[in-house]
Amino acid sequence: MSNQILERPKSLTQKQFHYCPGCHHGIIHRLIAETIDEFDLRENTIIVQPVGCAVYIYEYFDTDVSEAAHGRAPAVATAIKRVSKGKFVLTYQGDGDLAAIGTAEIVHAAARGENICVFFVNNAIYGMTGGQMAPTTLPGMKTATTPLGRDVKKQGYPIKVSEMLAPFEGVSYIERVMVSSPKHVIKAKSAVRKAFKYQLQEKGFSLVEFLSACPTGWGMPPVDAAKWVEENMTKQFPLGVYKEVGLDD
Amino acid sequence: MRVLMKGTEAMAEAAIRAGCSAYFGYPITPQTELIHYMARRMPEAGGVFLQAESEVSVINMVYGAAAAGVRVMTSSSSPGVSLMQEGISYLVGAELPAVLINVMRGGPGLGNIQPSQSDYFQSTKGGGHGDYKLITFAPSSVSEAASMVYDAFDITEKYRHPVMILADGALGQIMEPVSLPEQGANKPSIKNWALTGAKGRPANKIFSFYLDPKGLEDHNLRLQEKFKNINDEIKYEEDISDDMEILVVAYGTVARILKNAVQKLRGEGRKIGIFRPISLWPFPESALKSASMKSKQVFVSEMSYGQMLEDVRRIVPDEIEIKFYGRAGGVVPSPNELYIKLKSLLEGGA
Repeated sequence: MSNQILERPKSLTQKQFHYCPGCHHGIIHRLIAETIDEFDLRENTIIVQPVGCAVYIYEYFDTDVSEAAHGRAPAVATAIKRVSKGKFVLTYQGDGDLAAIGTAEIVHAAARGENICVFFVNNAIYGMTGGQMAPTTLPGMKTATTPLGRDVKKQGYPIKVSEMLAPFEGVSYIERVMVSSPKHVIKAKSAVRKAFKYQLQEKGFSLVEFLSACPTGWGMPPVDAAKWVEENMTKQFPLGVYKEVGLDD
Repeated sequence: MRVLMKGTEAMAEAAIRAGCSAYFGYPITPQTELIHYMARRMPEAGGVFLQAESEVSVINMVYGAAAAGVRVMTSSSSPGVSLMQEGISYLVGAELPAVLINVMRGGPGLGNIQPSQSDYFQSTKGGGHGDYKLITFAPSSVSEAASMVYDAFDITEKYRHPVMILADGALGQIMEPVSLPEQGANKPSIKNWALTGAKGRPANKIFSFYLDPKGLEDHNLRLQEKFKNINDEIKYEEDISDDMEILVVAYGTVARILKNAVQKLRGEGRKIGIFRPISLWPFPESALKSASMKSKQVFVSEMSYGQMLEDVRRIVPDEIEIKFYGRAGGVVPSPNELYIKLKSLLEGGA
């Protein structure tokens, strides 16, 4: 007789993810879904999804979901949280969405201390539109719109979102993690859990930044892409806790 | 009980009495009294008031509140409403109800803060991307503005399509006696589609994304069918006779000013009628057509260089001559100016 030792989180539908081989979105979706289940929040959760590769979140999560226009998820989530007493509200956003077109929305949601969780997937590139330079593209990195590599003299420097938002008084918790190996997945899961707790204890804005691989956009095999996250992205975007105001017991 | 109120404040109070429980805004003249009023009154009424960082954020907050199923409103003025167009398109695509107020000011660009009617095209012909038109009502008095806002909450929920109240700077600023609608008579509808947490029901999804062309075409066809039903909301006011020398067509503040000129000329024995579209989309096409056929000429006046005029030209039969008089840039035509213009037309002038 066989025993089932792993199952799909209840907060995910049976729909198969469309993500490319080696893409980290799938792992990050799963971590969030598992945490929703662990806190028994499936029936109480409203997810605000981005425009980008994660635009099909509404098909993958078996929770209430709202699409938001590109970059506007923090504004949509702000209103949902404020008009819906006791609901658990999170946004899921990529780097183009959050750190380029939606910069104003994320900065002001953080400054207001909106009691929402933001899960920020930083893969240093626009994946869905075909690999263009993102605000987080590393110096020297080749993309479809920086074919000779990002020249910081011409295209400027990457935006470090976690470092930028941490100083706001309204922010309760920010951590940068990666999911490139099982060890790091476990650490990332613990960051997700912590972000949930900050919202559940009404401490204000929390954000987890995931350094994430985009093998297709980067033109690398999945294993090399995961390695590239560890060896290159972490230099530009060091892992760690950037803000932690403390949880109640 | 009749109370003396500014147009902006009367619209705000009417919204609260219609069960509006969330208001998001960004300061812009000439409608700042509305956001001031909401800042004070909304918390008293137990609702949510939030001043956002931009009109872009405002309209997306409206989207979020509407998705969560509450009655929500915002107000702004022309440049701010331009910034909201992306979000309005998303409201339409995701079929979310919301009441929007544009207290129009002079444009283009930064323009000025004086009354204008130059956002007619933006409001009635689409505005944002995609295949849609916005339900648009234009009040011509403070009292009408208040009851229009009140009713708009039912209409927007009935069709799950946003409603725009297209007022102008004059209407926003004037004070008039108004009988405010009763609190609580107007109840929010039950919204099975709203995002309230998937408890005891399948998960609800709010989106406008249809990657498959057939899926998006079907969605659009459904929207187009729905838009046809909105013809039930056509509203207009007419004061006409069977053998008019001139039929005056105007909306909002200009219609009101023209009433004076029309009365004066009638006193002089002239046969003049007036037709005031109240719903600008859907436009009262058949009513205007039949009214125009009872007149030798049609006279259109707007605080723009001829935006509604294009609809009037489309509707009025070719054999009836159409004359136009527009002021723009925030200049409000005076009753005497319009009287002189009409008088010269009656005497065969251009």
